[in-house]
Amino acid sequence: MAGKKEEANIKAYSQNFTTMTPGPFAKKMRTCVIFQIIRFIIINLKMLVVVSKSH
Amino acid sequence: MARLVVLGGGVSGHTAATFAAKWLGSAHEVVVVTPNAKWNWIPSNIWVGVGQMSKEEVTFDLAPVYAKAGITYKQAKALSLNPEGNATSNKPFVTVEFTAAGKEGTTENIEYDYIINATGPKLNFGATPGLGEGSNLGEHTVSVCTADHAVHASHELEKCIQKMKKGERQKFLIGTGHGMCTCQGAAFEYIFNIEHELNRAGVRDMADIKWISNESFLGDFGVGGLHMKTMGYAVSSKIFAESLFTERGVDWIIGAHVNKVESGKAHYELLDGTMGEEEFNFSMLIPPFAGVGLKAFDKAGEDITATVFAPNGFMKVDANYAAGAYENWKASDWPKTYQNPTYSNMFACGIAFAPPHPISKPMSSPNGTPINPTPPRTGMPSGIIGKAVAHSICDRILKGENAPLHEASMANMGAACVASAGKGLFNGTAAAMTIYPVVPDFEKYPGTGRDTDYTFGEIGLAGHWIKHILHHLFIWKAKLKAGWTLIPE
Ligand SMILES: Cc1cc2nc3c(=O)[nH]c(=O)nc-3n(C[C@H](O)[C@H](O)[C@H](O)COP(=O)(O)OP(=O)(O)OC[C@H]3O[C@@H](n4cnc5c(N)ncnc54)[C@H](O)[C@@H]3O)c2cc1C
Repeated sequence: MAGKKEEANIKAYSQNFTTMTPGPFAKKMRTCVIFQIIRFIIINLKMLVVVSKSH
Repeated sequence: MARLVVLGGGVSGHTAATFAAKWLGSAHEVVVVTPNAKWNWIPSNIWVGVGQMSKEEVTFDLAPVYAKAGITYKQAKALSLNPEGNATSNKPFVTVEFTAAGKEGTTENIEYDYIINATGPKLNFGATPGLGEGSNLGEHTVSVCTADHAVHASHELEKCIQKMKKGERQKFLIGTGHGMCTCQGAAFEYIFNIEHELNRAGVRDMADIKWISNESFLGDFGVGGLHMKTMGYAVSSKIFAESLFTERGVDWIIGAHVNKVESGKAHYELLDGTMGEEEFNFSMLIPPFAGVGLKAFDKAGEDITATVFAPNGFMKVDANYAAGAYENWKASDWPKTYQNPTYSNMFACGIAFAPPHPISKPMSSPNGTPINPTPPRTGMPSGIIGKAVAHSICDRILKGENAPLHEASMANMGAACVASAGKGLFNGTAAAMTIYPVVPDFEKYPGTGRDTDYTFGEIGLAGHWIKHILHHLFIWKAKLKAGWTLIPE
């Protein structure tokens, strides 16, 4: 099979044909601990701003 | 001495009662009326429902916490309100029925100066034939709405996993059990936790997993969808949701009103009016929510329930209930102070207040069946509203009855939602999302209705760690442990 594994769930002519799908790099970054520690800090800071804007 | 009675010791009522007790001190009395002996951190029921947490990890006894806070605790459920008193007294009171062992069925009238209705939802399983009776779950599906339901769900899931291990293919159907449901987020989180668990158990290839919901598009979540900033684009939640479902091999049915459930089969009507049915071996369908059915009577004993409550049983507050068609909806329709318009010492917070209208576009099938999500009032707004209402009441008790009320409109408030998939610290991921404001304000933010600097979402370990931390933080806060007031709602 020459196709890419991560694209295999998209089915021709079905309701999911129009969606985007993550490639291996995007998937890898989700569990890359160093990258996620940085994201953890950024998401927390953003959430804190949302919380402070909400009170 | 003034007395504040809080009905409901859930996310909103517990927040209101504990802050009120702290602010009022021992000079005034705070009474909590709630039927359960235990507090439940409901968002973590998802992990109980896949066997990754025990009931004990998501619940704790309320009595010692209220004793520590100086709160009078009545393990009872409210039945009716007499906001004008009765023939013999002008003092408003609430009639409650005890649920605690040994006192079941006995009633008491509790007088109040101020009252907060934070009774949350009635889980209205009975609205869909076969889904259950009244607020009781039926035998064909499971639920994760209470900790006990979630324990039962995990046992049923385990049975399916065992069958798959023996080579028997299983069908999973997760979503909403009626055309007028809210809480799609919980079902969304549950479906991906199930998918994760099946992978972990090595049986994913033996499972067909399908989503069914009343959303007109995937990613509506009852808030009409949202746009998230990513790679320089403001991208619709529809794209993200469809992407996630596709990636995990989960099929979907949307715009569906589940109108009947039988053993192993759900019947539904779609927005285009067609009827369908879906078979399942395991199904978790969120029930529609209604108010818990409190009644209200005037001084003469006449029923004034329709004055105090909306037809869906939620309490009327300072919302604009006459906004009409969705083209006329405005952010300012949403309540700010949560004060009942008829009785100024009565407030409602959390799920118990009647929203002015949905957030998602109202839709119905050609047969006239309404099929659209009703507005969610998730944990963060419920907590913030509870605190704001407590603040207003405390000010009125301490500074005088004309003290200005505090405001907490969902059109000026954000919500943070973290939908996990799996629980392990390095193998679970989560979709972390913030939305600001919850109710879109198309005048302030033309186009998307939201501030896309603060409306964002991403999948990864980071969100998953946040979910873990939130679990412990919120239980810590609810137990009133050291520094609890510093933890935001
Ligand atoms: C499975 C699930 C997962 C969820 N996950 C998330 C999440 O990840 N993030 C999030 O923000 N939100 C989540 N939510 C939503 C969140 O749980 C609710 O927004 C929140 O609980 C609402 O708070 P509340 O106080 O209005 O209602 P509740 O927390 O339901 O509290 C209502 C209380 O009133 C009591 N009561 C009922 N009837 C009476 C009566 N007659 N008299 C007195 N008391 C009464 C009930 O026993 C209960 O204690 C989830 C919901 C579910 C079901």
